[in-house]
Amino acid sequence: MSNQKISGGKALMQAFIAEGVETIFGYPGGAIMPAYDALYDFRDQLRHVLVRHEQGAAHAAQGYARVTGKTGVVLVTSGPAATNVITGITDAMLDSTPLVVITGQVVSSLLATDAFQETDIVSITQPITKWSYQIRNASEIAWAVARAFYIAREGRPGPVVLDLTKNAQFELTEFNYEPCTYIRSYVPIPKPDLTQIEEAANLINKAQRPYALVGQGVILGHAEKELLTFLEKAQIPIACTLLGLSAVPTKHPLFKGMPGMHGNYSCNLKINECDLLIGIGMRFDDRITSTLDTFAKQASVIHFDIDPAEMNKNVKVNVSVLGSVKETLPLVTELLKANRHDEWISSFDALDAIEYEEVIKEETNPSSDDIKMGEVVRKVSEATHHEAVLVTDVGQNQMMGARYFQFTKNRSFITSGGLGTMGFGLPAAVGAKVGAPNRTVCLFTGDGGFQMTIQELGTIMQEKIGIKMIILNNNFLGMVRQWQEMFFDERYSFTTMHNPDFVAIAAAYGIRGKHVATHEALDEAIAEMFQDDAPYLLEVKIEAKGMVFPMVPSGASVSDVRLK
Amino acid sequence: MEQTLYTVIVFSENRPGLLNQVSIIFARRRLNIESLTVSASSIHGIHKFTITAMIDEDTISKVVKELEKRVDVLKAYFYVDSEIIYQEIALYKVDTEAVLNSDVIEELVRKYNARFLEITRSFSVIEMAGHTDEILEFYNALNEFGVMQFVRSGRIAITKSTKELLSDFLTERNLEDPR
Repeated sequence: MSNQKISGGKALMQAFIAEGVETIFGYPGGAIMPAYDALYDFRDQLRHVLVRHEQGAAHAAQGYARVTGKTGVVLVTSGPAATNVITGITDAMLDSTPLVVITGQVVSSLLATDAFQETDIVSITQPITKWSYQIRNASEIAWAVARAFYIAREGRPGPVVLDLTKNAQFELTEFNYEPCTYIRSYVPIPKPDLTQIEEAANLINKAQRPYALVGQGVILGHAEKELLTFLEKAQIPIACTLLGLSAVPTKHPLFKGMPGMHGNYSCNLKINECDLLIGIGMRFDDRITSTLDTFAKQASVIHFDIDPAEMNKNVKVNVSVLGSVKETLPLVTELLKANRHDEWISSFDALDAIEYEEVIKEETNPSSDDIKMGEVVRKVSEATHHEAVLVTDVGQNQMMGARYFQFTKNRSFITSGGLGTMGFGLPAAVGAKVGAPNRTVCLFTGDGGFQMTIQELGTIMQEKIGIKMIILNNNFLGMVRQWQEMFFDERYSFTTMHNPDFVAIAAAYGIRGKHVATHEALDEAIAEMFQDDAPYLLEVKIEAKGMVFPMVPSGASVSDVRLK
Repeated sequence: MEQTLYTVIVFSENRPGLLNQVSIIFARRRLNIESLTVSASSIHGIHKFTITAMIDEDTISKVVKELEKRVDVLKAYFYVDSEIIYQEIALYKVDTEAVLNSDVIEELVRKYNARFLEITRSFSVIEMAGHTDEILEFYNALNEFGVMQFVRSGRIAITKSTKELLSDFLTERNLEDPR
């Protein structure tokens, strides 16, 4: 290591490189200019994607992190830029996405004076980050960046904010980078407890009707193989939560679908029929459980998770298996006897048949001229041979995407689950394509959410991001409209939208596109869309009053899942 | 759910902003903090928070897990009164004239194990340590003669176990330190 002094800005770039960063999503401004000046000399090693709004940078970094498994990096200035990334930071916190967000800050001498573009972003982000810290001296940069990447990545991942004062970017410092491998106060992965492992195995061995709900923890923990070995040995049927989708291939015989508010009929009903419910890397969110008073009361519950704060938070469990599922699942699998539950597994089929007849058949093969959302999703999924990365926005487009897209590869579904951020889709798709340039990335979005971050079409134009954008346009805020129809006496309070010509807007950015309104035109446009790897916008006029079913109404029991 | 006065003890690294991180976990659930004392702990470099709140057991156990989840928090524990020895301190300012004119005050000071810290011509300051109700009782008795000012601290507490709770955790963590 040399003792030559370098600027704080350059130290930041060297720290990024030491952490294996290849891509930064950002937007320059006053208080981050020295760092951007340093970045100019690292153009060959660090790809910078210039977004059109800082919120887009955060969501793009999330999309990148989710598809690659690496930590997403955001670089923005102070004040309004820092507050603009808050939505993405909160989203990453709720969905356990590793992000390191660098915000510029006014020079230290001006702190707490209401200086131009000053905001107390460290305090603002304390409840929505794993760690937020202000760097006031260049000498702290190496330590803080190393710690930030460690915290963001290790254990249950999440966002970290480093607020970097302008003087720290200018100052000269010696730079000796040591990666962080240990923090005394932070235990990222609890050690497996063998008693818990044995108790879990005993319950599973005794169960007649075991049922597993699998979440994103399996993907974050790279435990897809360990999961399948576990499930196949004990022959346990599973459902994947929204964020758990693509952890298991859709066609796997033990995969039964998705539970929750718009999940599958069987997957919801079986929660209250099983004798053992096994949560694996998931957190029993209220969109899964609905009312807790009637959730799996007949069953014993085992919960595998890395986060002690998730244990007994929502559902009271009989056995909590703390640790990384990558470690704990094989330990339990070893103690399992090979088992069969053929009758139980096939009991899902009758319910699936009911859902097919009542919902899926018409949704995917409509008998009327109107195009249905499920039909579009299914056709796009087939056109990609079910190998694409699916990114969704939030609302009906998201639920339809989750229900009708099929997955053959892991890390193929990117959506805003916990926070439900409209406007997430477009920038997240940009980040996903940057992270997985050789994969097809399809975005399903609605006319509402698309317009929340529509400015990112500029990013797509400038960076030539070949994503396939499908707008399911019903000129309504569809999910809210559905609730108004079902629960608010059809009083459509401010859910109709007068929309622009989305294809014309795309054209202004040099992006090809097409409007379709018939089944035949849809088929042709999908074929055209996948002809090459260029960005494409497909605006599909769908039936105005489409509904997502099945549905567990808010506050109802999962057993009261409605088919219409 | 049944509300009990719980004492939460949090050990953390000594970094700026931790008080905010701790207090917002209570605020998010709209839990009223009855008392809060923060100071250096008996272990060098480690800070200790002692917090009391009226709360039910299910909630306090979740709050403590959320506190421990903060990266710079080492450990957090919660106790009911029977598991700890605890104390508050109070200062009472009374009119010196009233003290001189009364023969009850000496009796009160003896009874409550209080002591005089300062006596001037115009006022006197009495200190007393005890439990919340004792401090209030003494206040009420003194107030017969007019208490000019009264301040009390938050609770400090020590567990009935024979060693510092954190030491096992620290031993285990330090052994794992690769550096």
